[in-house]
Formats: sequence, structure tokens, C-alpha cells
Amino acid sequence: MSNLQILIQAPIFSVQLLIDGLLVGAIFALVAYGMALVWGVMNIINVAQGELVMLGGYVTLILYQAGVSPFLGIPTAAIVLYLIGLLLYYLVIWRIVERDLFVSLLATFGLSILIQQLANQVFGANVETARSDLGTLLLFGGSITVSEIKLVAFVGAFIVAGIMVVFLKYSRLGQAIRATAQDARAARILGVDTQRVYATTFALNAAICGAAGALVAMTWIIHPYLGLAYTVRSFMIVVVAGLGNLAGVIVAGLGLGVAETFAGFLLGAEAQAAFVFSLLVIILVFRSLLLHRQRKVLR
Amino acid sequence: MQESVRRLLPLAAIAVVVIAAPLLFPDYRTQMALLWVMVIFALTWDVVGGQMGYNSFGNVFFFGVGMYACAVVQRDAGLDYYTGLAVGVAIGTALAVLAAAAIGAGLLGLRGHYFAIGTLGLGIAAAEIAASWDYIGAGAGLVTPVFPGDIQDRTLFYYWLCLIVAVITFFTLRWLYAGRFGLAINAIRDDEDKAEAMGLRTTRYKTVAWCVSAFFLGMTGGLVGNMVGFIDPRDVAFAGATFGVWMVLMAILGGKGTLWGPVIGAAIFHITQELFWTWLLGWQRVALGLLIVLIVVFFPQGILGWLRERRPELFGHRVDAARSGPGRSG
Repeated sequence: MSNLQILIQAPIFSVQLLIDGLLVGAIFALVAYGMALVWGVMNIINVAQGELVMLGGYVTLILYQAGVSPFLGIPTAAIVLYLIGLLLYYLVIWRIVERDLFVSLLATFGLSILIQQLANQVFGANVETARSDLGTLLLFGGSITVSEIKLVAFVGAFIVAGIMVVFLKYSRLGQAIRATAQDARAARILGVDTQRVYATTFALNAAICGAAGALVAMTWIIHPYLGLAYTVRSFMIVVVAGLGNLAGVIVAGLGLGVAETFAGFLLGAEAQAAFVFSLLVIILVFRSLLLHRQRKVLR
Repeated sequence: MQESVRRLLPLAAIAVVVIAAPLLFPDYRTQMALLWVMVIFALTWDVVGGQMGYNSFGNVFFFGVGMYACAVVQRDAGLDYYTGLAVGVAIGTALAVLAAAAIGAGLLGLRGHYFAIGTLGLGIAAAEIAASWDYIGAGAGLVTPVFPGDIQDRTLFYYWLCLIVAVITFFTLRWLYAGRFGLAINAIRDDEDKAEAMGLRTTRYKTVAWCVSAFFLGMTGGLVGNMVGFIDPRDVAFAGATFGVWMVLMAILGGKGTLWGPVIGAAIFHITQELFWTWLLGWQRVALGLLIVLIVVFFPQGILGWLRERRPELFGHRVDAARSGPGRSG
């Protein structure tokens, strides 16, 4: 808690943390948006969400190590992950779409372990990053620093989300996806190929995660075990925001980013993971207590 | 008389084997003791996950709580080895049950996805907190007291303890499932809202089931901590990636929602793992993920569920009454 003193004595520092948190939060919101898409359309909680982010990061890293600019990594990771998403869909996911919750949860959980351990075997457990060689912006006479790559990631996250919104709203396939989310049977009767819609939805989600992973690899670090934290973060964001509420997802994502940055600063970086997972439990318990107010007779 | 002899014979055979095995094969005692730990894992997971239909990914939390509490008592109480162990295990068990009751009040109000992800978070949060808490050794872990005696006696001692706990778990659960408690948690699995509308105090039953699970896991945690000798927060105590996943997998493999299913699943899983996994050279965990996907997608009813569908007469069902397996889980 000694760091609290710093915040009180130098308020400008909390502005710094706020900016950092907002910049991180945009990526969280992007991943959560993908999770909400799959959840809403297919009624699957994709526990392997974070692993897709991690794979996107490694695609960028491979390009970077091959000497390609990591900025090309964003579209490349999205495309590669789109294909991986399709592959996963046709291998596993289509079998669990309309099965019960137990099967879909455990199957995606198994997938997450599979991908995580495969990455560990193939890429090794080292912490890596793809440096973009961008500079640092100094604001307010140098008291606040913002690395340009984080700004790029922030803007990039919003661009990807914007593309998705326009796609879902105006394209034919996007309309089919929304129709399937509302009522899969009715959509099928009206001639929507729901299998294809599901496949596209899952692959699009994977592509979103891929782009987010590319941004993560450029901005921070990647390693094979970072997946679960992103899954849990996006789950939290969707739970707080509610399904199909894009504005809520953005606000919750940015909020989580800020909260996490402050917690990381105050409690120490090693307690940041503990903070994320504890926050999940607290949010869920709080939510259940809110619902409990409706249940007064039996307890 | 005939009937009861025929029923008791397999049990007696199993008893002879498990008592003779550590004496005949002293080199494999630790592995065999771990087999009983696995059986306890699968059985306790099945109380909440199988019989009650609440997928918990965080049961390993209680295991870790029991393990840490026991080790801290042994470290700080200044008792001799056996008394310290007994007191430690008792306190660890009590703490695990208390934790289950306290957390259950909040978490068990959640359903479906929310419960599953919430428990997943619980297990990992515990591991991360333990890894940054200096009093219990933080990331460096804790070392348990040294056993007063030679190593052969030590493994045999823990083999007996694990066996006894496993047997007690099995018979306690059999007794619980046979009574009102079993019917109640099955009703919760089949349709919680209807069960509640019928006047069943569902939250109370859910908390009790969660506490039963925690009771045996906490007890086992204390023993395993001493058996392993070293407590690491992420890899031994709150080992979500190994024990936490295994307990789910073993219960499903054998057949969730049955009494013998988790036992069979644990035995098959553990023996396969000991025999073959060293050949995989680091690819074990990849294989584990693949195995979960395959079992869950293609074989969700498990070995006993499959048998019950194919040969209902073995289970004393008439054929028309043989509804079982996948359709029952909510």
C-alpha cells in the first residue's frame, strides 16, 4: 500500500495510470466483444477465447522474428485465426452447438488446455514481445508518458470493433448472424444456413481475437499461459455489460483496464492476476446477491 | 444368503488386493497412494458436478486450503509429528468446510455458465493469492515436517491413510446418495426450479453438498501435502491445470452421476497415466486437452453410463425403465 502515498503526493501519476488503464481496456473490450458474439449467437461460452488471443500474438511474433513489420501482423493474425476458427468449428464446435451446457463448457475448456499446451510445446514457455520501434509521447511537459504503440493498439481495437459493427448491421451475412441469434429455428425456416452462420460467427470471433492478440504482442508480452486471464476478463466484461450491449462492453472493458492498472500499481504487479480472478468471483457473487433480492421466500 | 455372498465377493476381492498390493510391490506405494487420492478427487467432484449437475472447475480450492492449513499448523504449533499431523488435518478439514459454506452462500446462487466460470476463477485466484502471501511461503512454497522413520514406512503410512480416507469417502457418499440427500441433489440436477417449487430448500442442499465435497478434499489435502513433502501454490496445492482438470475428466470418463463411475474412471485414468504418459515426453498435457475434448464430445455418458444403456439388466433396471446417461444432465 506504500504506493498509495505516491498517488496522493503526485496526483498527476493517477492520470498516467488512468490513461494506461484506458489503453489496455480497449483490447479487453475487443476480446469481450468477440466472446459476446459467440455467446449470443451460439449460446456457447468459449473458454478457449484467451487461447485464440495468444495464438494471434504468436502469429505476429513469428512475422516479427522473420523481419516483417509487426503492423502487418494485425491483418495477418486476423486472417490466420479466421482459418483456425473455421478449422476448430468444423472439427469440434459444430458438434456442441446445440448440446447442453455441460458439453459445450467442458469441450471448449479442453480446447483451451489443448491449444495452451500445444503452444507451450511449439513456441516454448518464454515471455516474448514483438517490438514495433515506435516512440513515446510526452504530455504535460513530460510528466505523463504514453507509448505510441499503446495508442495505436487503442485506435486499432476501435477500428476492428467498428468494422464488426458495420458488418453485422449492413451485410447480408451479418444480418443472417443477427437473425440466428434472435431465433435459430425461425432463421432456418426462412432459409438461413445456420451451420454456415455458426461457422462464420466462430471464425469471426477467432479473427477478432487474432487481431487483439497481435495488438497484445506488440504492446505488452505474450506467453503460452496468458489465455485464461483474457477468457476470464472477457467473461467478466460481458457479465457486467450484458449480452448484445456494445456500449456496455466498451465501458466495462475500459473500466476493467483502469481498475486493473490501479490494482497492479497499488498491490504490486505480482498481485495483478490474483486481483483479476478475485474480481471475477466478487462480481459473480455480487450479481447473484442482486438476483437474490427477488427471492425472499425460500433460502 | 447366496445373493449377499455374490454381492460381497467382489468387494472382498478388492479389499484383499488393495491391502496386499503395497506389501507385495513396495516400489509403487506412492503411485498407489496417489491412486486413492485420485479416487477421492473423482468421487468428491461427482457430488457437485455429477449428482447435483453443477460443473465446478474450482474444487481444487478446498484441497489447497486443507493442505496449507495443515502445513501451517504443523509448522507453527510445535507438536510432535503424529499429533501435529492429526491436528493439522482436522483443522485443514474444518477450514475447508468453513470456506465451502462461506463461499457457497455466494457462489451457489449462480447457475450454469456463471457457476462454472466463477469456480474456475476461485481456484486460480486462490493459487495467485497463495503465491503472493508471505505468511504461507508465497511463491517459494512450504516444506512439510520430516517423517520420523525411514522412507519405506513413510510411504506405507500415507498409503494406509489415503486408502482409509478413500474408503470412508466412498461409503459416506453411498450412504448419502441412498437417502433423502441423494434424491434432493438429483432433483436439483434434473430441474432446480421445480425442486424449489416443491418446497425443497435447494440452496441449503447445495451448500451441504459443496461442504461434503470440501470435507474430504480438505482432509486429503493435508495428507497429500505431507506425502509430497513440498507445497507449491500453483503446482501442488491449487493445481488447477493438473488435479483440477483431472478430477473432472476422471468422473466423466467413468460416468458422472454414478457411485462406481468416478472410482473406475480414476483407476483407469491413473493407471494409464502412470503406464503410458512417460512415453509422451512432455506432450502429456496436450494429450490431456485432446482427451477431454474427445471424451466430452463423443463419450459424455462415461463408461458406466454407456454400460447402463447397453446392458440395463446389470443395474437392476427393467428395459423400459432404463433412462440414463446423457439425457439426464441439465
